[in-house]
Formats: sequence, C-alpha cells, structure tokens
Amino acid sequence: MSLQKIGAALLATTILATGASAQDVELTIESWRNDDLTLWQDKIIPAFEAANPGIKVTFAPSAPAEYNAVLNSKLDAGSAGDLITCRPFDASLALYDAGHLADLSDLGGMANFSDVAKSAWQTDDGSATFCVPMASVIHGFIYNKDAFGELGLEVPETEVEFFAALDAIKEDGTYIPMAMGTNDQWEAATMGYNNIGPNYWKGEEGRTALIAGEQKLTDEAWVAPYRTLAKWGDYLGDGYEAQTYPDSQNIFTLGRAAIYPAGSWEITGFNAQADFEMGAFKPPVQTAGDECYISDHTDIAMGMNAASPNADAAKTFLDWMGTAEFANIYANALPGFFSLSSHDVPMEDPLAQEFVSWRGECNSTIRSTYQILSRGTPNLENDTWNASAQVIKGEESPEDAGKRLQDGLASWYAPHM
Amino acid sequence: MRTSRIKWHIVVFLAPAMLVYTAVMIFPLFNTLRLALYTEVEQSRVFVGLDNFRTLFGDPQWSGAFWNALWNNCWFFIIHMLVQNPIGILLAAILSHPKLRFAALYRSAIFIPTILSFVIIGFAWKLILSPIWGIAPGMLDAVGLKFLFAPWLGKEEYALTTLALVSVWQFVGIPMMLIYAALLTIPEEVLEAGEIDGITGASAFWKIKLPLILPSIGIISILTFVGNFNAFDLIYTAQGALAGPNFSTDILGTFMYRTFFGFQLQLGDPHMGSAIATAMFGIILIGVCIYLFGIQTRLRRYQF
Repeated sequence: MSLQKIGAALLATTILATGASAQDVELTIESWRNDDLTLWQDKIIPAFEAANPGIKVTFAPSAPAEYNAVLNSKLDAGSAGDLITCRPFDASLALYDAGHLADLSDLGGMANFSDVAKSAWQTDDGSATFCVPMASVIHGFIYNKDAFGELGLEVPETEVEFFAALDAIKEDGTYIPMAMGTNDQWEAATMGYNNIGPNYWKGEEGRTALIAGEQKLTDEAWVAPYRTLAKWGDYLGDGYEAQTYPDSQNIFTLGRAAIYPAGSWEITGFNAQADFEMGAFKPPVQTAGDECYISDHTDIAMGMNAASPNADAAKTFLDWMGTAEFANIYANALPGFFSLSSHDVPMEDPLAQEFVSWRGECNSTIRSTYQILSRGTPNLENDTWNASAQVIKGEESPEDAGKRLQDGLASWYAPHM
Repeated sequence: MRTSRIKWHIVVFLAPAMLVYTAVMIFPLFNTLRLALYTEVEQSRVFVGLDNFRTLFGDPQWSGAFWNALWNNCWFFIIHMLVQNPIGILLAAILSHPKLRFAALYRSAIFIPTILSFVIIGFAWKLILSPIWGIAPGMLDAVGLKFLFAPWLGKEEYALTTLALVSVWQFVGIPMMLIYAALLTIPEEVLEAGEIDGITGASAFWKIKLPLILPSIGIISILTFVGNFNAFDLIYTAQGALAGPNFSTDILGTFMYRTFFGFQLQLGDPHMGSAIATAMFGIILIGVCIYLFGIQTRLRRYQF
C-alpha cells in the first residue's frame, strides 16, 4: 500500500470515529474501587449502555489511598469526571458544601432508598441529598470451616465461647487463632473496635448519644471494647506488629489461620483465593440471649460533578442506579457489598447470605466515628486507629486510650467541651 | 564604553532555563509560603497572618506532632551521618585501591539501589523483614541467631532506625561515588612525595587523602541533610501516611502530606500543610546557612 493510501485510510477512520462520537455523550466515573474495574467494564456499563443508547460511560478509578487527594485536586482544577464515587459522610459533605457535588434530592431514583441509607450523604439537617447510595458493608468474623471441624469447635455465640474457641485453637497449635496485624492500624479499629463495639454501646443508641454529648468515650460502654481488644494480642500470629493487611488476608486464605476479623467486602477476594469452606459469625454478645448489634456501614455512593457539562446524561445514569436492575448486578457481582435500595435483591453467594441474614436478627448501626465526630483536629477516626493498635499491642491501657480520645474530642467538639 | 553594553545573547540563552525554573520551582515555593498565611473560613480564603504558626507551635496537639516529627527527622539524619557517610568513604577508599580486582563490578553493584524507585525499595524491604514471609527470620535462623529477630517495622523502638538503615542501604552509593571521584583527582606526585617521607598505607589515607577530600565530605553532608529533611517516599511506601507504629516513623514529610492532603476521614488542610512546609523550608535553610557560613568558609582547599 502506498503512503497516500494509508494516509487516506487513516483519515477515513478518524472521520468515522469523530462522526460516531459526535452523537454520543461521554460520561467519566471517578472511583477508588480499582478492584471493580472489570465488573464495571463487563457488566454494569454494558447493561446501562444497552438501555440508554447515546451515552457512553468510562470507569476511571484511582488508587484507594490517594482517591480523596486526587479527586479534590481534579475538582479544583476542573478536570474531574462527570460522576463521582462518594465516600460516606464528611468527605462528600465537604465536596457538596464547596459546590462540587450537585444536589440530587429531586432525583426520581432516590425514592428507592430508606432515610438511613441516605443519611451518609445528606446535609446535617437532612434537607439535601447529594449522592445515590450504592452499598454497605457488614462487619463480623469469617472462619475456616475445615479448621473448626478438625478441632471440633462450635461457632461462638458469646464472648466467653469466643475466647474459649481461640484458646482451643491456640492449644492445638495447627492454626494461628486469628489473622490480623497492627502494622496498617486501620484493621485494628475497623475490624476490631468497630466490629465488636456496637454490642457494647448498643448500636445506634450509643452512637447518637455520643454525638449528642450524652455519653463519653471514657464511659464503660466505649472502654469495654478496648478491654476485649487488649486480649486479642495473645491470639494473633508471631510478629503481628509488622503484619500488614494483605499479609493477614493471605495467612487466612492460605489456611494458616482459623478466624479472620472481617468486613463483608472480603468475600469476593476470599472466594477466589481460599480452597477451603468458609463460614461467618457475627460479633459475639456478652451473655447468651443478649440483643445483638452489627456494624452495617454505609460505605459507597455515587454523586454528580456540579460542573459536569453532561448533567442530563449523568442524571440518567444516577436514576438508573436506583433501579432493581443495577442493584441486582452490583450485589451479585460483588457479594459483600450489600445493596442499600429497598428492592428485594436475591443473592447467590452463601457467605454473603450469611452476612446479610444478620440484618434480620440484629440491630444495624454504622461505624461510630464516621458521622460528625471526625470533623475536627485531632481526627477521631485516625486516633481510633492508633488507639486500637496500641491497645492490642498492650502499649496503652484501655482506660488511657479512652481518656486520650475523649480529651481529643473535647478539644474541638462543642457537645463534649 | 563597550563594557556597559547589555549582552543580549546571555539573557536569551538563560531565559528558557530561568522561565522553566521560575514556573515549576520559584513560583510554587513562594506561593506555598504565602498560602501558610491564610486559612479557610466558610469556603473562602482569609488572611490570618502568623496564626497557622501559632497553632502549629502553640496548640499541644499540633506542636506535639511537629516536635515528634522533627526529632524523628533528626534521628533519621543522625543515622545517615553516622552510618551512610563513613561506610561510603570506606567503600570509596577500598575501591580506589589500585590492587583491588573487579572494582567496576563492586562499584556498579553498590550504586544500583540508588537508581531504584522508592516504591520498589520500600516493598522489597518490607517483604524481606516480614515476620511471616520474609527471608530475614530464616537467614538469622540458619546462623543460629533467630532470637535476635523481631518484627522491626512494627515495633515503636526499632521501626525508624530500621527504615533509616534501609535508606542508608539504598543511598550509600552516592557518597561512595563522590568520594571515589575526589580520591581519583589526588595527584600521584603528592602521594609519592608522602611515600618518600615515609607516609604509606593507612596513614597516607588519614594524613594526605582525608584532608584533601574534606570539601567533598562537606558537600555530601549537606546533600544528606537536605535529602533527609525532605524525605517522605520511603516512610510512605513502607508505613503509610500514618507513619506507624504510633507515629514513631513520622517525619516532617509525612506529617506535611497528612495535613496538606488529608487522610482517610481527615480532610486536607492546605493552609496548615503550607505552614508545615514553610517550617521545613526554614529548618533546611538554617541548616544550609550554618554549613555555608560556619563550615564551608573554614575548609582549607588545596590547589595543585
């Protein structure tokens, strides 16, 4: 082929390509969920595009740890995508207050979500909702069924049974009783403190009382979970101080540990990695028959860039996210991220079913530090990571940790001053 | 008066470099210094003078974190000065020995870590030292020293020193190369003259070579100082932005990053972040000035 012909061919394809995209509206989604890239590309986006010809969607995630910083810079520079994946509470509220996120209160699809589901993406007075809720994650413990079978252990219901099981596993020595490390700190707070804590502070009752200033972090209900966490150190693997989050995941999926303090988001990864049967149990209560509380944390939502030139197309997409179709695709492709919509979403994964069944037996709450309380300096969430890790390592007493957190909170939060 | 004419070609040749440098270095630097004097109230930027610095040094929450980071940074620097630079000089002295075979191979091998990315270094060492998968416990076990192993990166008392030594491992090639180059420039005649006077071997190093390479050591010290007080990458890749355990590896760079860009639920505060960056700039400026006016001017230089 002569150069001219190649040139003509190239020109023709360029014209064709521009011709096609001239009619299409292109939407870009900002997200921290780079793990979900294939799910979006292969399932969600094709389903949406089939139903809405003329709108093309691109999923453009960035690394989770950098997401907030990257997104803020992009929004300030005006180069952010049309659709923005929303972190719960203050991170998104700040974006809304700064005029980066559009008010979506009038969106039709919003009718499919309960007030609790929307609470993470509303202004403090609840007058405006700025993100469409996508999913929540539930905390609990995932265990190795084979290991429990070998050792003849029952699933623990109460705290006494829980520690008895850990003792038995430790005694036997084949398995590390519990896979968790303190190197990355957040597991200690998220999968430790906020996992077992709601049973002590009675879920929403304690959480709202803390926000209102009626309870303090030095109260028994808030210190007792630290006292329990302090006992965990004995049951973690050798050198857990330097064990990272991926280390813990690998230790458990390789079958070297019996129990994994978990969030339901682990389900997909664990299903792919582990070749033994897994089960899940909810955070143990103090005495048998006590009412149980679980952390059913509103974690992820989707909002619209207020500066988006494609607002109509973006609203079409967000509206579609309120449908049963989206809820079904999302919940089943990502077992462990449970739909927040009021649609009845059947799930196939047994582990996910186990987690979601607790919603019927226990009272749901969200992580204690997320709403309002982590607004100031020192940041209560970050301090809780530090305190939980220190308590597990035995370097700070539960009482001291509670006092330190309370002092920090009281230094800026009016209801606690 | 021919000499007073403006030499336009100099201006033209300097302009591109000056413009680029101004755009990417000088302007951001001064803008950061300016940003430190503002704060954000109700979505708008308000001038508050030195208030941010008052908070940084006066509020116990902030000043505690700041002094902790500063001391950690000093310790990081001390380790580099006590370990990296002497080892670098020693390696250079050995390498410049005329009878050493495979000198080029050793030189490249020692220098290679310097050109690796921080991310690779951070993750590689994290894996090597991991109590679970790492080869460090196994190697210590093989020589019967298993009892010496500890999860170093997870212990408050060891983590910073461990990371400083990792950084030393990475960068020891730089002082080695600079000193090596300085040693090569020492003329043979000087050494031969010393030999005739009976100064050979180790005493030739201490009495002739070392005084001649002192200016290079000075430059290396100041490079180490600036590099260490700007450090961030290694700590961030190995321990994350919270610089655990319990902030024991928190240096000014990570403290600034956390404040400026925010972390997890903590929202970024560019103004306090700039205040910390300004403090870092001040510390480095003072350090460099002490060196330039206190030490550099007193060093004796020899011309051959």
